[in-house]
Amino acid sequence: MAVADTHHHDHHDHGEFIAHHFDNAEQQFDSGKLGIWVFLVTEVLFFSGLFVAYILWRYHHPEIFQQAHVFLDKVLGGINTVVLLFSSLTMALAVRCSQMSNNRGTAFYTLITMVCAAIFLGVKAIEYSHKWDQGILVRSMWAYTLDHQEAKLGIAQQLGVSDWLIWLSIVPAILLGVFIVASVTATLMAKPIWSKFYAGLAITVGGYFLGALGGQIYMKNYEAREAAGTAQVSPLVLHADDKAAASAQQHDHTGEHAGEHGHAGEHHDSHHPDPKSLDRDVGVFFSIYYCMTGLHAFHILGGIAFLSWIYFRSLKGHWRSDYFGPVEYVGLYWHLVDLIWIYLFPMLYLID
Amino acid sequence: MATAEVRHELFGHAEQKNYLNCSKGALSWLLTLDHKRIGIMYLIGVSVALLLAGFFALMLRTHLYYGDSSFLALKWLFGEAANYNANKVYNQMFTLHGAIMVFSFIIPSVPAALGNMVLPMMLGAKDVAFPRLNLASFYLWVFGTGFLIVALMNGGLDTGWTFYTPYSIETDTGVVYATMGAFILGFSSIFTGINFLVTVNTMRAPGMGWYGMPLFLWSLYATAIIQILATPVLGITLLMLIAERMLGIGIFNPKFGGDPVLFQHFFWFYSHPAVYIMILPAMGVISELISVHAQKRIFGYSFIAFSSVAIALLGFLVWGHHMFTSGQSIVVNLIFSAITFSVAIPSAVKVFNWLATLYKGSIALNTPMCYALSFIFLFGIGGLTGLFLATLSTDIHLHDTYFVVAHFHFVMVGGTLTAFLGGMFHWWPKFFGRMYNDFLGRIGCFLVFAGFNLTFFPQFVMGARGMPRRYASYDPEFQIFHQWSTIGAFVLGIGIVLSFAVLLHAVWFGRKVAGNPWGAGSLEWQSSSPPSFHNFDHKPIFHDPYDFDALVYDKGLDTYVAREFMDPNQVPERVPVTH
Repeated sequence: MAVADTHHHDHHDHGEFIAHHFDNAEQQFDSGKLGIWVFLVTEVLFFSGLFVAYILWRYHHPEIFQQAHVFLDKVLGGINTVVLLFSSLTMALAVRCSQMSNNRGTAFYTLITMVCAAIFLGVKAIEYSHKWDQGILVRSMWAYTLDHQEAKLGIAQQLGVSDWLIWLSIVPAILLGVFIVASVTATLMAKPIWSKFYAGLAITVGGYFLGALGGQIYMKNYEAREAAGTAQVSPLVLHADDKAAASAQQHDHTGEHAGEHGHAGEHHDSHHPDPKSLDRDVGVFFSIYYCMTGLHAFHILGGIAFLSWIYFRSLKGHWRSDYFGPVEYVGLYWHLVDLIWIYLFPMLYLID
Repeated sequence: MATAEVRHELFGHAEQKNYLNCSKGALSWLLTLDHKRIGIMYLIGVSVALLLAGFFALMLRTHLYYGDSSFLALKWLFGEAANYNANKVYNQMFTLHGAIMVFSFIIPSVPAALGNMVLPMMLGAKDVAFPRLNLASFYLWVFGTGFLIVALMNGGLDTGWTFYTPYSIETDTGVVYATMGAFILGFSSIFTGINFLVTVNTMRAPGMGWYGMPLFLWSLYATAIIQILATPVLGITLLMLIAERMLGIGIFNPKFGGDPVLFQHFFWFYSHPAVYIMILPAMGVISELISVHAQKRIFGYSFIAFSSVAIALLGFLVWGHHMFTSGQSIVVNLIFSAITFSVAIPSAVKVFNWLATLYKGSIALNTPMCYALSFIFLFGIGGLTGLFLATLSTDIHLHDTYFVVAHFHFVMVGGTLTAFLGGMFHWWPKFFGRMYNDFLGRIGCFLVFAGFNLTFFPQFVMGARGMPRRYASYDPEFQIFHQWSTIGAFVLGIGIVLSFAVLLHAVWFGRKVAGNPWGAGSLEWQSSSPPSFHNFDHKPIFHDPYDFDALVYDKGLDTYVAREFMDPNQVPERVPVTH
């Protein structure tokens, strides 16, 4: 008959997490999983416009890519790739823990994932700030010179870093302070979950500074080793003799990469091509680079926000072997963000 | 057999709490997660957008009535006398008319407003799969539309709704606000699409297979596929346009070696499928209206269902037909032309199936049926004139003329707006529990139909004679067509306002109706009118949505009930469904 029981009683004792409009946990999980997969499809398509722009420009103007890729540091890009791959591992472990009702493990691995995400952003900040210093900007603002912009801020001079890095780090620095204060306050108010939550966020922001510090040390080391004549020059580090070398060798590295000219030591300066030798539209490469990596960085930021929500609910102990959907959904999102970087890294950094 | 009390409780007038009065206060609406309330908020929103953009349309038509700058009524609205420039205002009027109509009205009208109210109930579900995402979609719609209005107040917008580069990079009007608005509206549309797709997949009533779904759901499903696959591309395109304008990334700007035609490709890769976002749900509405108000099983169910899917998929492969004159290679033009012709096949399949459904049906000329018949006529003209434009040789002549304007208005207004109004008249008794004045409803329908034809039929003629679109002035021989068109636009406007008035009047003063006044078979009509907060007091049992013989009219209850629930003392009766 047409009258069926509408109040399907759930026999699990965690029924509070099943929304009223679902019949049971399985229907809820299936809906969420299909939803997040479809969302990931839209994400891929969202990036597709930029991939198409990349393909067209690379097809029609390969010389721009040859000239421009020497500005990107493979080592820093590689470190970021490893960091993101590792974060995908920890994310997978977090999902595994939640499936086994292990909330402590989920919280731990989620936190590691967040820290990795922040390290990635820290390294990215080093890369961006060094490029901006040299006027390596989008097409219409392209102002590449061999001169590094002098640091004007006192704190930047003291630390020996770029002004841009300071500007990029202001918000993280404020957040770090806020989270530490919030964590201490929550401890004093005997709210252990909030205390751990804010402590986790503070550690995450600390990851940003760890990444930036690591990147900066890599740069300085590079200078030192390079001065000793043992290292290939990082494209992001400038040297006093560059300008002279560049003008002297102007004729022989037009639009070409150092690797094609014999051993590296002799041609290390071609990592700093003479601005005059570059194609007029080389800035378009960096337009594409900034659009792609910038959009990706926004997705990392979004990922950190979602992960902190998972972290919080882990601290609350919400996950059970029959309710772990949100961890899985955020995990799938995180793997996609990782995957997009796996494409961006070779497309932008490994052109040679 | 059910007793009178049980039958009354099941099918009678809803005296108990329903979704409209179960909670009170502004916040209970603004923060609601109930799909029906969100649908009503959408309905209010898109109606405001329709009236605003319709006002712009009347302004630009009035300007064209005179054909020169002599019409100065906008002066007090849009600027001081010193720098008033009628032609400039005209450019902004047609741009904002197009942008607001497309992004804020037509795209969300049927799927987001009607779909939100109807889709979960047709499935027999309590709500959509992600109610919070649903509310977020609505607020994204509000913010996106807000940005379009901010653009209006910050220098306006004069690029046309297509934002073609390089002009959109150079003009000093509010392109960034408007593109930001369209970007946000795109996400609203994506989230609605995800929500509906998942809901249809996972939340069908027990016993309802894919082929047991009403055809409206098939069309909403096909629409969701397009929203999901096409809209993100628009999103990134608009972001790149914003970056181009603000930073100068050089991808679309020829000054920096960029390719403006690439923008056209990106834009139409979304915006052509978007045309089907606009028309497919409307076709789904028509399938419901025709079969219910002819009380006859829909003819060729699976053909209609799969023609929706076919249109959705083919729609991705025809974007180049907007660019026949952009310098594409002849081979590309030929391919796009051929695929465009092939879209005519599933479209025609639908029209023939509707006509076959009408054949020997018990046609009741209720207001919704009037709209449905009007849809078939207007969509037929709109679709067939599309073939002229898909033909490469005639398109060279007709490109960018009023012929194109008339063609897509026959589809967008004659199709989508007509179906939207028809759907409102069809589901209004369900969602407000009251019947409108059917006579005035039909008068409104006639005014919309007549006014529409008077507006746009002359545009075919002048377009074929070479009147270019988007021009603020014209040669004298076109004046008579423009004047007819303007008069028609006002008749159309009166018809729309009258229809809205009839519907609004019914909300408070209409005659109360019970659950199933039309004798419709889909599940939403099993609930009370208006439905309760949880849609169904009892989990609905699936039955064939197009089996009208299973329903009989019950005089005592004044509603249609399943044959087995009929009052045993009555002789089964199939009275015509008129009110």
